[in-house]
Amino acid sequence: MIKVRSIKRTTVLLTSLTILMFGFGYALVPLYDVFCEVTGLNGKTGRIYSSEASKLVIDDQRFVTINFDSNINGNLAWKLKADQKFLKVNPGKFYTVTYTVENMINEEIVGQAIPSVSPGIASLYLKKSECFCFRNQVLKPGERKKLIVRFELDKDIPKDVEALTLSYTFFRALKDSKTAT
Amino acid sequence: MSTIAHADHDHHDHKPTGIKRWLFSTNHKDIGTMYLVFSLIMFFVGGSMAMIIRAELFQPGLQFVDPQFYNSMVTVHALVMIFGAVMPAGVGLANWMIPIMIGAPDMALPRMNNMSFWIMPFAFALLLGTLFMEGGGPASGWTMYPPLVLQTGKAFPYLIFAVHFLGISSIMGSINIIATVFNMRAPGMTLMRLPLFVWTWVITAFLLIASMPVLAGAVTMLLTDKYFGTSFFNAAGGGDPVLFQHIFWFFGHPEVYILALPAFGIISQIIPTFARKPLFGYASMVYATASIAILSFFVWGHHMFTVGLPITGELFFMYMTMLIAVPTGVKVFNWVATMWKGAMTFEAPMLFSIAFVILFTIGGFSGLMLGITPVDFQYHNTYFVVAHFHYVLLTGAVFALMASVYYWIPKWTGNMYDEKLAKIHFWLSTIFANILFFPQHFLGLAGMPRRIPDYSVQFTDFNMISSLGGFGYGISQLLFVYIVIKCVLGGKKATSQVWEGGRGLEWTLSSPPPYHSFTTPPKVTKTLMDY
Repeated sequence: MIKVRSIKRTTVLLTSLTILMFGFGYALVPLYDVFCEVTGLNGKTGRIYSSEASKLVIDDQRFVTINFDSNINGNLAWKLKADQKFLKVNPGKFYTVTYTVENMINEEIVGQAIPSVSPGIASLYLKKSECFCFRNQVLKPGERKKLIVRFELDKDIPKDVEALTLSYTFFRALKDSKTAT
Repeated sequence: MSTIAHADHDHHDHKPTGIKRWLFSTNHKDIGTMYLVFSLIMFFVGGSMAMIIRAELFQPGLQFVDPQFYNSMVTVHALVMIFGAVMPAGVGLANWMIPIMIGAPDMALPRMNNMSFWIMPFAFALLLGTLFMEGGGPASGWTMYPPLVLQTGKAFPYLIFAVHFLGISSIMGSINIIATVFNMRAPGMTLMRLPLFVWTWVITAFLLIASMPVLAGAVTMLLTDKYFGTSFFNAAGGGDPVLFQHIFWFFGHPEVYILALPAFGIISQIIPTFARKPLFGYASMVYATASIAILSFFVWGHHMFTVGLPITGELFFMYMTMLIAVPTGVKVFNWVATMWKGAMTFEAPMLFSIAFVILFTIGGFSGLMLGITPVDFQYHNTYFVVAHFHYVLLTGAVFALMASVYYWIPKWTGNMYDEKLAKIHFWLSTIFANILFFPQHFLGLAGMPRRIPDYSVQFTDFNMISSLGGFGYGISQLLFVYIVIKCVLGGKKATSQVWEGGRGLEWTLSSPPPYHSFTTPPKVTKTLMDY
């Protein structure tokens, strides 16, 4: 009456389902990254290369306001300030903005800036050819440095985006960390 | 597998004695009893933490404990109540009742059953031990959001491994339940004749198997983020803390149904018994339970409306959440329709069940309010949320568990419990639970945040009322322990039928049932369940 073999089969099946779901938890990580990249949800900005940059068309009828924001993560004794609060830009045109960063303590520190754009949809259209967030920044004790971001806003950016915020947060760099884009 | 073959031949009622009976037990009733006793102990451990919380909140200012300890009380109270009290109580009931209800001699995997129980005391030793460690216990809230949780001191790895162990224990319990129900039903016990308690547990078990491993993955990522330099949730390394919330709530929402579905099953057993009518809409109950379970994997976003989801995401999660109200509504209407024109009597299990239907519905309605995205921005992280989930978990899940104990304890012990005391316990519990949690709705709407040891003075009155209700509720549960012990020690002998309106295989066995439940499988015909 007791079906030992089919109990065994059920157990094996359910154990495999358990392992599968454990894997699914991990699979959510790359899925999330892909999802964010496609939808721009996480506000991660894109890069632009010279081949594309030469084909840009400037829309000088339209102005979009970009606000610049700067933050420091709790465990980093640095100061970061955008040298301009905001900028009105024409889509398709390259602009260069600067940030000032200062190491407040007597120790050499490596920092890594992480960008974020809000609203998320705008991040798909903000493309940078040069950015201090592309690599780690090393500041000697008490050093003060100008940091550069060069970017353009694609002319295809949805009409209802009239303003966006580009924010940078500096973190203490991790060893072997991936650099952000 | 040899143990199964052995159990099959072993028709005698002999059993090991003393401590060995419990340590090495492979008997579903012994293990069920251990689960139930363990969960009752944990109910009081978690309850004492709740008493500390309510004492601290009795008036504004810091009275008894420092904020760090307060936060660890909030955190550990939740973990103990969820993983130590409600879930093991459900598994204990499943162990005791499922073999009896489907006409099987025991569970399908008795050794694993033993292991899944004995993992739990060790897991809780890890978790509760952290409270006495340097730096204190985990204080990040049970949701363990990074980066806050990564600031936990030495307690951190203990918290993670405790969660791992509890997950493993409940997954083993679930595999056992599904293997039992799928393979060991008596002849004639077709799937659509299964008692609803069995049905809800099968579905719960699938939820556990599908969601617990995801939690295990999430906490493992936390562990490697803290100690092995990975950056799953660390923005500095290209990770994202919000990702944790997505993974956590992908587990977390099915988890709330893991707590609630067995309660639905219990209520669906008790109400027909005392209304002396078959359960209204049996098939719709089964389908509703399954729909709730499936939908629960698509609503996790409603826990994180305020993290900055895109509008399409917020709408999706809002509509999916609203959709869950439909099968839940089906269940509530079915319970009410079962009582409609029934020959009802109001013994303690029925009183708890009726209170469950009313109070769980209140919790469901406040849940609907929270599920509406625009208003959730006001309610998010306030005492309104606390009121909501305590209505569904305390006056919902815990009331159903209390009902189940009164309903089945004559079967378990062979003695009737003290009905008069049980009714007093019911009224005290119901009145105090409402005094405890109803004012918290107002506190939340007025803007009092969760997880803080101190508050603005305008919240004082409602907090005092709530604390008084809390102390009252806490003390009245001692009466429950007294009633249970009194019933175990003796009392009026129970018949095998116990309740006049009881239907199903459990009422065909003696009270208490023989050590091996059905050694010869009973023949199940449709009439067994009819009135």
